[in-house]
Amino acid sequence: MINLKINGFEVQVEEGTTILQAASKVGVKIPTFCHDPRLVPHGTCRICVVEVEGGRNLPTACTTPVYEGMNIQTESKEVVQTRREILDLVLANHPLDCLTCEKSGRCTLQDLCYQYDIKETTYVGERKDFEVDESNPFYYNDQNKCILCGKCVYVCSQLQGTEAIGFAERGFPTHIATPFNQGLEQSTCVSCGNCVSVCPVGALMPKSKEKFRYWETKTVRTTCSYCGVGCQMDLVVKDDKVVGVDPAMGASNEGLLCVKGKFAYNFVNHPSRLTTPLVRKDGKLVETSWDEAYEVIANKINETKETVGADAIAAFSSARALTEDNYLMQKLMRAVVGTNNIDHCARL
Amino acid sequence: MTNSVAEIKDADAIFITGSNTTESHPVIGAKVKQAIKRGAKLVVADPREIELAKYADVFLQIKPGTSLALNNALAHVILEEGLEDRDYIESTTEDFEKFAIKVKEYTPEKAAEICGVSPEDIRKAARIYAEAGKASILYCMGITQHHNGTETVMSLSNLALMTGNIGKENAGINPLRGQNNVQGACDMGALPNVLTGYQPVANPQVIEKFEKAWGVKLNNKPGITIPEAMHGAEHGDIKVLYVFGENPMVSDPDTNHVKKALEKTFLIVQDLFLTETAELADVVLPAAAFAEKDGTFVNTERRVQRVRKAVDAPGEAKADWLIFMELMNVLGYSKKYKNAEEIFNEIREVTPQYVGISYARIEEVGIQWPCPTEEHPGTKFLHVGKPARGAGLFMAVDFAPSSEMNKADYPLTLTTGRNLYQYHTTTMTGKTDAINKKAGECYIEISPSLAANLKVEDGEMVKVISPRGEIKTKARVTDIVADNVVFIPFHYADGANVLTNGEELDKYVKIPGLKVTGVKIEKLA
Repeated sequence: MINLKINGFEVQVEEGTTILQAASKVGVKIPTFCHDPRLVPHGTCRICVVEVEGGRNLPTACTTPVYEGMNIQTESKEVVQTRREILDLVLANHPLDCLTCEKSGRCTLQDLCYQYDIKETTYVGERKDFEVDESNPFYYNDQNKCILCGKCVYVCSQLQGTEAIGFAERGFPTHIATPFNQGLEQSTCVSCGNCVSVCPVGALMPKSKEKFRYWETKTVRTTCSYCGVGCQMDLVVKDDKVVGVDPAMGASNEGLLCVKGKFAYNFVNHPSRLTTPLVRKDGKLVETSWDEAYEVIANKINETKETVGADAIAAFSSARALTEDNYLMQKLMRAVVGTNNIDHCARL
Repeated sequence: MTNSVAEIKDADAIFITGSNTTESHPVIGAKVKQAIKRGAKLVVADPREIELAKYADVFLQIKPGTSLALNNALAHVILEEGLEDRDYIESTTEDFEKFAIKVKEYTPEKAAEICGVSPEDIRKAARIYAEAGKASILYCMGITQHHNGTETVMSLSNLALMTGNIGKENAGINPLRGQNNVQGACDMGALPNVLTGYQPVANPQVIEKFEKAWGVKLNNKPGITIPEAMHGAEHGDIKVLYVFGENPMVSDPDTNHVKKALEKTFLIVQDLFLTETAELADVVLPAAAFAEKDGTFVNTERRVQRVRKAVDAPGEAKADWLIFMELMNVLGYSKKYKNAEEIFNEIREVTPQYVGISYARIEEVGIQWPCPTEEHPGTKFLHVGKPARGAGLFMAVDFAPSSEMNKADYPLTLTTGRNLYQYHTTTMTGKTDAINKKAGECYIEISPSLAANLKVEDGEMVKVISPRGEIKTKARVTDIVADNVVFIPFHYADGANVLTNGEELDKYVKIPGLKVTGVKIEKLA
């Protein structure tokens, strides 16, 4: 075990732990743009620099392993000045359109500029001028807002394994691109949106049907309703409407989702949802009350039981519904109707 | 799954068969790719050159419906080359000799002939699987939806048993469940022969236990499966059919017959939308979606996880359990539940695998059953030490071709599956415009040489015909299918299941052979 100090707090951690991990153990928050605990640390954005007593320069907390007796300051004057300088440089090439930017309220750049009092850049000069890639139907890529943290590239290659995007060019024109800049729709992108979910700024954004501000929303942790992987996700809800989905760190999905889990949630609020019971009258399905619907069903079940027997009744349960729903349907059929004619679509 | 999703990343070898993992279970597909980056070896056996085939050390492009012959040949090679785990076989299995004699018949040369692959590739695949320290089998409906689906699963189980790849982390036999809660629906006894936790209806002690728990007399005659109920409805034996959250008018084989059956019976449909099936109903009940209710789903690794209400259901739509409870009450059974948690607690009382799982315990992270006590952490992988039944039972099984193969009038083999974007019958995914932009309509994948023979260009309409019916759909010319094999995703109405065979069922579990259908194709003028 290694003993060190962070902002005066004594910390004991295992060898190989990074400064960032040690700090989080004692509740000290160090800002990051490019860090993701699932990725190989790459130290691209530099915003996590800290001061180490006796050190020659400011190392990045996400890539630097701790050593015995290390004494670290995470918000010293020099650290703060350096972070301000980094933010100043980032802003030199980032539009200040927070008033209309859809990421506002959930943007790490906005948050850190607020924390370190950076209102605008001191570097006036050339600005990026990329065309927004709108070719993918689920999300767009606005490289004018990209801060080149690289998280999208590494999530796509290291975790998703799709390798649809990478860094293109060098120096000022560096940007995130698909091969030969042909656009997302022409790439191997599978629209999983895992890059969108990790983007710390408004460069990769879902194409939402709803206009909303993140501070108007709440999130609700749940389990995806599509395939059997059981991905954990947070539904983003504004006024009783699902307006987005974020992946959560579930045991099976470890922060990943697929195109269906991430983007195919519109069915929940869809206008063609059934809203009242329907019963067939004169050959047509017409609206009815719950009471009448239950009565029609109960009469038919009772009549069938009396005339032919309960085994002339069958039910198909649903592999898409709750465990509790399934339990109650088979109980209804077995305990109340009186038949074991209950199956579901496991075979189909 | 015997093992867990996260374990796939650290397998030494992965054998994927009958699963288009990156499209049907994309997040598991990503884990497979992570394993490959880490150095795992990969064997893929599938009729189509699926995405993961490109990553495979050996790709076996087998003819649809021939997996059993391939698996027996893999076993043959493992025994021939002495790669089996003798200690495991001797200490924890039974009927090995019978099995060994059977697979002796399945030389790689013989299987190669049946499957349409090279014998040397079969040998290579067998070595990769058997020589790995920890080898995991991932399979899906490409293995099970056959007239011999059960025996094909047995042939995979034989491979895991003979190499000791069971009861071990990062190994196992891992069926990938296609829907969010197939596992939970099975666990809850939404099956005709078992009550919750797979307790057989035919066991008098089980019936007695549930009669006591529920306070009613129970029927001990096992019920009928979906294909049998459809058949029964068509022939007038099933008078009332209650369909909940399913769309058999698209998902079941031979939809022309399904329609006749559904029209003949008194049909109750409970769903989110007026599906193709609901349109035929006598009563339609509006249900709440997953985002509108509290409860649990059980994933493919047996993990019971929470589902939470985020928004209100529209109009008068109700949670499904509430509808069932109210209907029970109307029918004279007075039990009331205040919420899903109360139901879950009743489930725990009657289901041994669930006893230790409570909503409080799964608030943050779900628990994998079996979980017999509140102190038990849940079970990451099954069959540790020895298989749950006591000894691993080898099954000597034989390949028999589907009746749909080798038909002179229908010379092409149609196989079905999912694509990345749509889910099942598109009832939910089809409500997102961007999904439809990517995969909004039905298509048939045909090989370039078949396209040339038919004089069909990519994107042109063709007629696909089987003895059950015919459909018109768009040709997608691609070399991922072999020359005499075609593929149609089963998502779309008036699509693949107009053609499939609803009569040829697996003799054990009555699963239809959806993955093999003899068809012919005509160019549309």
